[in-house]
Formats: sequence, structure tokens, C-alpha cells
Amino acid sequence: MRYHFDFLAVLEYWPLLVRGAVLTLVLTFIAIVLGTVVGVAGAYIRSARVPILSAVVAAYVELIRNTPFIIQLFFVFFGLPSLGLKISAVEAALLAMTLNLGAYAVEIVRAGIESIGRGQIEAGEALGMTRFQIFLHVVLLPALRNVYPSLVSQFVILMLGSSVASQISAEELTFAGNFIQSRDFRSFEVYFIISAIYLVFAFALRRAFGVVGRFAFARR
Amino acid sequence: MDQFTTWDIARNLLLATRWTILLSVIAFIGGGIVGFAIMLLRVSDLKALRALSIGYIDILQGTPLLMQLFLCFFGISLIGLEVSPLVAASIALTAYTSAYLAEIWRGCVDAIPKGQREAAESLGFGFIDTLRYVILPQAVRIAVPPTVGFSVQVVKGTALASIIGFVELTKAGTIITNATYKPFLVYGFVAIIYFVLCYPLSVWSRSFERSLRAAH
Repeated sequence: MRYHFDFLAVLEYWPLLVRGAVLTLVLTFIAIVLGTVVGVAGAYIRSARVPILSAVVAAYVELIRNTPFIIQLFFVFFGLPSLGLKISAVEAALLAMTLNLGAYAVEIVRAGIESIGRGQIEAGEALGMTRFQIFLHVVLLPALRNVYPSLVSQFVILMLGSSVASQISAEELTFAGNFIQSRDFRSFEVYFIISAIYLVFAFALRRAFGVVGRFAFARR
Repeated sequence: MDQFTTWDIARNLLLATRWTILLSVIAFIGGGIVGFAIMLLRVSDLKALRALSIGYIDILQGTPLLMQLFLCFFGISLIGLEVSPLVAASIALTAYTSAYLAEIWRGCVDAIPKGQREAAESLGFGFIDTLRYVILPQAVRIAVPPTVGFSVQVVKGTALASIIGFVELTKAGTIITNATYKPFLVYGFVAIIYFVLCYPLSVWSRSFERSLRAAH
């Protein structure tokens, strides 16, 4: 028996695909913003060697980086309610994505901070700036510029990783695929189309952040 | 129903861990072999081969591992072969690993100064001999830290095999959670086991990197 591919049957469900794709992009965008903030704050704490907090951040980074994202997601979604904290699937996905990106961003931004020459910091000190002022006005922007490509790669990995959120029934792109597949049984066609959409998103995300980077880090 | 003691939970999770380890080893070895071949295409002189390998790497790095697992799982059965979750997961994880390792190793080959390759070629070395006797012996040294570092991603990637029904650590965690209603305890335990598997690799990778930096 020959199998006949039917991709059009899947595309009839396009409103579901669009809705899922939008949630994937929204989740990714919010997690990128929050995760980057976490990353910058954590990197500052680590490189300023703030007592106790620095050790806490180090532990957080190692814990997240050495466990699978799906376990972090399950822990947040199934584990927190058993402690009395009830959150929706989308909130859990967002929290897990932010925590995940944050940990990687701490390490990436920290490498950027370490790449800034001693002389720059000494110049700030000579001008009478406080340590935090130096970080904010002297170190941060060039540090981010130096590690921007790694940061963008991590954003793409985050977006692709968000497909796992379908497993806690957050209705993003992969969830839409699972739903269509359960109706239509055209598993291969469904996941082929979904993969193509992710591929376009990954490409577009790189392009978009390339443009953002050109403006944000333009030499003034 | 029998009561699950904490020891029962731990023991069952530890038993499932061997499947996580097995799958990781398969993916890493398979991905290493395929990745090496892709890397060779990527650094070859033929434009068509380079384009082919770039396409391979971009597609696998631009789609979720979960989709690759689904496409293998459902795709192979379409051509009429009965495929077990272990086989499908092994193929998908091998492909995924190979793309990343090819790109990592390509970076290491590119890091060797161009003059070395030109010198070898001027001595009459062909493509293979240049790589074999000049480039690779140097590239291997700098390739160790990122390769070991990536093995952490492989171990974590195997967790997604649970979604196509392969009973490894994560799937065992889900099954036990459904039986005990103790998600915090069970997933906490699962996380600790992954951490114990991955953390030594992370530390190992970093210490390799430091010793490499000290040598230069």
C-alpha cells in the first residue's frame, strides 16, 4: 500500500496554526526580555562578587544549565501547585522559559563583562563614578555588544525549545500540531509543516535581532 | 494499591537512568561519526558539498529537537517499517547531535591559521592528507572542551525521547508522578539525577578549557 501525502488537508486548519504561532512568538518575546534582564542582573552580581547572592546566582546557573528544560517545565507546572501556588500552563511556560534563558544569559553576559579592558573601569573610577555607575554607563553596552551573537543564538534555542511547552498543554505552535494530528492522523505532514514554520521563525529571529543589534550598538 | 515509598521512587528512577545513559551514548557516538563526515563536507573545496552541509546544519539547528523526533517517529513508519521509540529517538538524536558537532568542529578547523593549510598544499599534500597530518592533530586539542560541553546538551536532549514514548528517566518520572501524585518529590529527584549526570561533564569541559588557555 502506498501512502499519499496530503499537505493541503493540514493547511485547512490554518487558523489553529496561526494562533499557535502567535503564542510561540509572544512567549518567546516576553521570555527574551525578562530572561535578558535576569541575565544582566545575575552577571552583575557574579562579576561584582556580591557576597552570598553571588553564590546563589552561581547555584541557579549550574542547576538550570545541567537539567533538561522539560524537567524545569514539569517542576514549575506540576510541582509548584503541590506547594499551593497555582499557575496556568502559559504562565508556567513563561516562567520556565525565563528561568532557562536567564541562566544561560548570566554566563554569556558575564563573559562579555570580562572582555572589557581594565583601563575602561579605571577611567570610570578616575571620574569618581560608583561601581554601579561604571557598570551601567561604561561596561554594560560594550559587554553586550561583544557577546551579542551568542545571546541571539540562545534566543533562537529558547524559541525552538518552547515547543516542549506543548507537553503541559500551553497552546503554542507544537500544541496546535498535536491537536491537528489527533483530528487528522496526518502526523508526518503536520509536523513537517510545523517544522518549516519553526525554521522560518529561527531565520527571521536571527535577521530581526541582527537589525536590532545594528541600531542598539551603533558607534556614537 | 501498594504504597510507593521514597525508596521505591528513587530505585525506579535510577533503573530508568540507564536508558537515558544508553540513549546519550548512542546519540553521541552516532552524532560524532555523522558530524565528522558533515564537517569534512563543510571544509571541503567543492562548493556544492559545502552548500549541502550548510543546508543540513541550518535545518537541524533551526528546528526543534521535538519536531525532529516526531518526524523520525512518524516518518519512518510511513515507509512501512515498524519503528520502536528507541530506534526513532536514536536516529533523531544522532542527526541533532551531528549538526551541532559538525559546526563546533568546523570552528576548530577554521581556527587553525590558513598558512598551515597553504604550506601543506605547497608541499603537495592533498585535501585528506592536509587534514590528516596537519590540521586535525592541532584542531583536536581545541575541540575537546566544546565537544565535552555539548555532551551535556545531548544528555538533556534525550529527555525529549519521553514524548514519543521511550521510557527513560523523564518518562519514568511522569509515570511515577501519575501513580504517586508527588510531582515535587519525583521531578526534584529526576532533576538531581540529570544534574549528577551533567554537572561533571560541565566541570570537565571548563577545566579542559582552562588548561588549554594556560598552555597558550
